[in-house]
Amino acid sequence: MNFKQLQALRADLAFIAHWIGQGSHVLDLGCGDGVMLDYLQTDKQCSGYGIEIDDAMIPECVRRGVSVIQQDVESGLAILADNAFDTVLCLSALQMMKNVEGTLRAIARVGNEAIVSFPNFAYWPHRLALLQGRMPVSKSLPYEWYDTPNLRCATIKDFEDLANQVGLDVLDRVALDEGKPVSFLPTWRGSLAVFRLKKSNSA
Amino acid sequence: MSALGIVSPQSMHFATPLPLQSGAQMHDYTLMYETYGTLNAARSNAVLVCHALNASHHVAGLADANDPKSLGWWDNMVGPGKPLDTNRFFVIGVNNLGSCFGSTGPMHINPATGKQYGADFPVVTVEDWVDAQARLADALGIQQFAAVMGGSLGGMQALAWSIRYPARLRHCVVIASTAKLSAQNIAFNDVARQAILTDPDYHGGDFYSHGVVPKSGLRVARMVGHITYLSDDDMAEKFGRDLRTGKYQFDFGVDFEIESYLRYQGDKFSEYFDANTYLLITKALDYFDPAREFGGDLTKALAHTQAQFLLASFATDWRFAPARSQEIVQALVNNKRRVAYAEIDAPHGHDAFLLEDPRYMNVVRAYYERAWLELTEKENTAVGSAP
Repeated sequence: MNFKQLQALRADLAFIAHWIGQGSHVLDLGCGDGVMLDYLQTDKQCSGYGIEIDDAMIPECVRRGVSVIQQDVESGLAILADNAFDTVLCLSALQMMKNVEGTLRAIARVGNEAIVSFPNFAYWPHRLALLQGRMPVSKSLPYEWYDTPNLRCATIKDFEDLANQVGLDVLDRVALDEGKPVSFLPTWRGSLAVFRLKKSNSA
Repeated sequence: MSALGIVSPQSMHFATPLPLQSGAQMHDYTLMYETYGTLNAARSNAVLVCHALNASHHVAGLADANDPKSLGWWDNMVGPGKPLDTNRFFVIGVNNLGSCFGSTGPMHINPATGKQYGADFPVVTVEDWVDAQARLADALGIQQFAAVMGGSLGGMQALAWSIRYPARLRHCVVIASTAKLSAQNIAFNDVARQAILTDPDYHGGDFYSHGVVPKSGLRVARMVGHITYLSDDDMAEKFGRDLRTGKYQFDFGVDFEIESYLRYQGDKFSEYFDANTYLLITKALDYFDPAREFGGDLTKALAHTQAQFLLASFATDWRFAPARSQEIVQALVNNKRRVAYAEIDAPHGHDAFLLEDPRYMNVVRAYYERAWLELTEKENTAVGSAP
């Protein structure tokens, strides 16, 4: 898979891929159909593993030649050694986790850098919905409040506090909308929050 | 009816002695095998399928046109259009040494004594079987397998291939297996062995010359083994506490359906399986532990593997539970090997590896599709770069 194909399929992943170094050893938590690792392996000579729980996604990954391990993220992380990866990806998955803090600590344990993305709860249409007395339903949060897999709602400012607390320094912080970075009022206008993090030296 | 139709076994004799892990050797021996599909010109599309405890070289197809029960043990996995597609791959099933399905075993004549081997048949290990399989591959002109694959004890052989002959396989497919038996696994095996060894008809392994078979021992061995192949839930669903006649008999005959089922399985098994073979194969299971010579460190044991791996386990398999497969995955990840791992939430316990669960079949199918893509890309590159 080349960059154009990735960009057409998932603009957000294409943006994030720029942050991953050539030949990196990468862990992709909640890797889905493996499209990101497929791209990184073929275009950037990366190696690595995906963790995915969904039965339907495993053959997709396998067909792409992606090393996928069928586990939930927490038990998947548990079998991995300290400092095993250059970069850990946790893309649009963190909001579905029960133990967000523990997962972030484990990410800091196994990786040197991490890239974490999640739907920005403070995206302006969400704020508007709340002002109107309704839980937001949008393209980035497409579920009704009673059947959402998203257990955690966070804003860009919220996440930064937790990242620091678990031993991760923020290198970059970008708000994306439709896969493109938003520079004017990002905490309002970005639907997807993306953090580039590094294990802090004190950790 | 199988898509492969009627298949017939072949045999190959080996006159060069085979050194065994025990220090003994097999002076000469014969291996039974079957093949399905066609070996390509580059001899690069061969897949070796290794069998588990009570199976054989007859992996797929019908052995007997008039007997629908003569279907190969993995016919749902191997054949034209099946997950391991014989339109693409040349698949080999081989019967292991010590077995009772045609390869040299305890019921054959020991050239050293002129009598049947019986209990004198050397104790063979998974590694010994793999060495014998490698010689068959040599004889068939296969330098490198596209894949070596097996479930349960067959998966141990596939794993042993990746360790002993790292360059001779591109893919290693290990289903519902383990890198070593637990104390509980060994305990069940020893109950089975004791049942056979204490049967008066066993005659120290020389029951052939007495014209008898240690049927009751074999029967109990199979019954206890069979319990470990099924999940608690599966048994509860199939049999529950159902009674054969609807009421208690107040004797020691068959009251419950589960008793009837296990006894039937035991009876059937004791009619076709050899007691000495059962002892040998359970011992091979017990001894398998490739990490042993590395101080128990499986990561070190797998450090020289070169293959890509597929592992699959089944959630309700308590014989070789998912945690056992996860240990192998962990060791492979530590070595940065390419590995895909599927943990199938199937209700059928250990036996699930022989059954047709679409999630399981789809993963294996996808894996072989990928292996085929790699193989054809390689061939095309080779053709393209030819002068």
